Amino acid sequence: MSVTGDPLQPTLFERSRPGRGEGKIPHPPAGALDRIPAEQRRAVPPGLPELNEPEVVRHFVNLSQLNHAVDTGFYPLGSCTMKWNPKLNEWAARLPGFAELHPLAPDEVAQGTLQLLWELEQALCEISGMRAVTLQPAAGAQGELTGILMIRAYHRARGDLERTEVLVPDSAHGTNPATASMAGFRTVSIPSNPDGSVDLDAFGAALGPRTAAIMITNPSTLGLFESGIGELLAAVHEAGALAYMDGANLNAIMGRFKPGVAGFDVMHFNVHKTFSTPHGGGGPGAGPVGVGERLLPYLPMPRVLRTADGRFRLERPAERPTSIGRLRSFVGNVGVLVRAYAYIRAHGASGLQEVSDDAVLAANYLKARLAGTLDVPFERACKHEFVASAATLKRETGVRTLDLAKRLIDFGFHPPTVYFPLTVEEALLIEPTETESLETLDSFVAALERIVREAHEDPELVRTAPHTAPVRRLDEATAARQPNLRWRPMTGREMPCPD
Amino acid sequence: MAPADLRYTKEHEWVRVEGDLATVGITDYATHQLGDIVFVELPEAGRQLTQFATLGVVESVKAVSDLFAPVGGEVVEANGELAGRPELLNEDPYGEGWLLKVRVADGAQLDELLTPEAYDELTREG
Amino acid sequence: MPYGPHTPEDRARMLAAIGVAGVDELFADIPPALRANGLDLPAPESELELSGRLQRLAGRNRTDLASFLGAGVYRHFIPATVDQILSRGEFYTAYTPYQPEVSQGTLQTIYEYESLLAELTGLDVVSASHYDGAAATAEAALMACRATRRARVLVSRGVHRHYRETLATYFQGGELDLDELPLVADGPAAGTTDLAVLERLLADPERPVAGVVAAQPNVLGLLEPMAELGRLAHAAGALFVAVVEPVSLAVLAPPGAYGADIAAGEGQPLGIAPQYGGPYLGLLACTDALVRQIPGRLVGLTMDEAGRRAFVMTLRAREQDIRRERAASNICTNQALCALAASVYLASLGPHGLRDVAALCAARAGDLEAALAAAGAPRLQPGPYFDEFAIRVPDAPAVHRRLLARGVLAGIPLAELEPDDPRLADGLLVCATEVTTHEEIELFAWAIRDELEAARTSPAPPAAAETTGTAEAIR
Repeated sequence: MSVTGDPLQPTLFERSRPGRGEGKIPHPPAGALDRIPAEQRRAVPPGLPELNEPEVVRHFVNLSQLNHAVDTGFYPLGSCTMKWNPKLNEWAARLPGFAELHPLAPDEVAQGTLQLLWELEQALCEISGMRAVTLQPAAGAQGELTGILMIRAYHRARGDLERTEVLVPDSAHGTNPATASMAGFRTVSIPSNPDGSVDLDAFGAALGPRTAAIMITNPSTLGLFESGIGELLAAVHEAGALAYMDGANLNAIMGRFKPGVAGFDVMHFNVHKTFSTPHGGGGPGAGPVGVGERLLPYLPMPRVLRTADGRFRLERPAERPTSIGRLRSFVGNVGVLVRAYAYIRAHGASGLQEVSDDAVLAANYLKARLAGTLDVPFERACKHEFVASAATLKRETGVRTLDLAKRLIDFGFHPPTVYFPLTVEEALLIEPTETESLETLDSFVAALERIVREAHEDPELVRTAPHTAPVRRLDEATAARQPNLRWRPMTGREMPCPD
Repeated sequence: MAPADLRYTKEHEWVRVEGDLATVGITDYATHQLGDIVFVELPEAGRQLTQFATLGVVESVKAVSDLFAPVGGEVVEANGELAGRPELLNEDPYGEGWLLKVRVADGAQLDELLTPEAYDELTREG
Repeated sequence: MPYGPHTPEDRARMLAAIGVAGVDELFADIPPALRANGLDLPAPESELELSGRLQRLAGRNRTDLASFLGAGVYRHFIPATVDQILSRGEFYTAYTPYQPEVSQGTLQTIYEYESLLAELTGLDVVSASHYDGAAATAEAALMACRATRRARVLVSRGVHRHYRETLATYFQGGELDLDELPLVADGPAAGTTDLAVLERLLADPERPVAGVVAAQPNVLGLLEPMAELGRLAHAAGALFVAVVEPVSLAVLAPPGAYGADIAAGEGQPLGIAPQYGGPYLGLLACTDALVRQIPGRLVGLTMDEAGRRAFVMTLRAREQDIRRERAASNICTNQALCALAASVYLASLGPHGLRDVAALCAARAGDLEAALAAAGAPRLQPGPYFDEFAIRVPDAPAVHRRLLARGVLAGIPLAELEPDDPRLADGLLVCATEVTTHEEIELFAWAIRDELEAARTSPAPPAAAETTGTAEAIR
């Protein structure tokens, strides 16, 4: 694709000038590479850009300023829990004792980190009501895979080989059905009730000897607590299946509902949501998984153990043959887990419950304030997020949810999650989180009220938004039809070797 | 209005039959529902299709849909132009944006398909 | 709550607007029988108290050792620019760039990351990141199965054991087979993938192979005959997956040059601290022909309505949020900030700086080899290596423990890393990088000479007591 438009910022490659960038690394002795056979050596040096330090820093700082972030403003992105990321936690993860520890260092060298991980596991057990927790999965989706593979191992260990289906409500995150497929199961999608809750009758009809598991997000992706969850869990276990809880929305229920006590067999935590580890522009996260009694033998290797003398160690290879194995190298995204640990210790028992209470309070406040402005399809009390809809607005003015979302950018707000859940027409999923002030919430309401007025009076203004962002709406069709996924001009450029 | 010389499926494929050779595509209505189409995955020549079974997928920027075979038979040719120019599906769904040519196994299968009138009825708003 | 903004008056106003008397009413939908009654956790800690606790925990780790430990994670110098940029809140507190108009910073940095890694690997398509080297390798193997519509993968035992174990876990779900390729036992090619066995396994017409997976350098630090492995794989209609270490690519032939279809690997050496296991950076790259098969986010170049160049996530319909149960992978959250670290690292060093890092690693490792050989610990295999190699030490695990007491982290005993290969039982896998000093090398050589002499002149002392005891994993 030929892109001729003006660049917002030049790329690293456009900024490059041969000969720039020195002084970071001493020059190696001559002949350092002599023992590497010629045919194994690189013939043409990689076409990396050459810049000096001021240019590197300005490049990235200027780019950073094109982003909206929690540190710059309100980010009510439903289902993503864009809460405040405490600065102490960033400092803690960078402490040399944590940061410089090699993952294969012997246990006696790693006691501080091992203790932290063990204590974090205990805290997550208490919060979830589960028996044990693995910290290994790198993200929520990998946690889901861990959980579903453990369920697979459980059924197989019992000789129950006919269970090939996983039941998932139609409002679920896309990761749930994708996970079921990856683990070798067929997804059966179960329609929701008109009030947004899981349809117990539909689940009852689908449950049977082929059901391996159900995957339930509770509170649901509509921000609603599944009041029928007790009956559903009983029916699931009656049918010989197991229950997975997607813990994406745990932020709403800490101290109020413990999935393990209620009867869920396994769940994952999204520490980048509930426990405020930063989202990093898409990652990294961590997806610890808690299990009840039934799945205990199948937890991934290695677990963190406390020995009789109060020290800590990792499980050794082959120590627990029933394990499903490992999901990744080493122990887990420990740098992320340090931040989650700090968050939990800072809040303590009372603080975590207050987190959930205030998250729910803020969401219900926004929902009450917006009820006259947008459609609010589910009237009962929401948890930490709620669904609004621009369906009426679209009928009356032609202005869609997408337009409304883009216009919010002009008021300095990140748009909510749009067109999800898939079950609600013109959906906006709004999650204020517990760390936003009342003034922020009120100004968000005022902005939406004004945009709805604009939609009636000057719809074109809304349809062509954003007007103040670094760029206008993008040509996504061309990007996908003729993908340009890398910078090309420098490829293969010959550069002199330094020695 | 759906072209009068074609037959249709409920899933918005069309078929034009000349002798025992059928040309298959998706309707103008379908391409409008999908939006900007960016990719189509089609079976290779030689593959056997079963009527109403999935034959491939079509992707727009933010959606993905299965394609269903309006008739059974052997794929004679897949439209190679679409790999580089998927936008043909949006621009000319009944012409240059055709998907497959299929050697029809059983002409009676055409009776299972919708007439233009029935398809228009199906796709009428409301 | 430490970070909460609400005053009692704020809460009262919010409750009044909602029309409830107290926040408990908002939880009335939790059935009474299922309600939890608070949490049994320690009390909140102030920032002052908590910072002390964290410092004490960090202080219980020992990072003062002279370390020769690599085995998949490598200590490198990280330019100060990396952490400065990673600490920008605009980067690390942003989410996935689903709204491109207010995410051009993240989007352009991902595009640049894709471009930088394309240069380094010699391949055209680079995923915006996977969890780590092991998970990326598993995704690469699954890609090979999808692309060839075959169900069997051959993985060399020269690939890190954690990666092979991860592959086996990811393969549990599908009807897929995973077979291991042994390493040559002795001779000049000892410790590298056995080409004769590969040829035999590829020749089985009943069990066609989707992909061959080998690592460069391999887990023993040795250089593999990648061009030959790739040629054999392709001759049998299989794809070739190269597991690579990115710093070495400054001086070693890149996957694109020897015909690899897919490259996977651990990006940690590119400016990311060891952190006891993560977060790291799963590298995944492939040829243009496989662009539809690669899982994970991709960012591409496009224009906005005003004709300005801009960046956007593209080929989205491959991903789980759209394709759901038909998605190639369930990956959602990735390691974007670690990819940014790699970009800042590469931009700060440039092509010459990166080459200097690689050459210095090779030089220091050569110094280490010479010093250890002179101390009586020669190499275990003779082939060429980059910055890591195995040495032969009788009773290696015990010597490793005793060296630790002398302040030397003497790599890792191969008996621990590869417990089911008796030929490696007397091996220590050691590495040196540009941060390894001559003093550290001298300390290591002196200490191991001393240990070996002590073992020769007196009967072996009892092995240090295991620090294990009874596991008490669960309260």
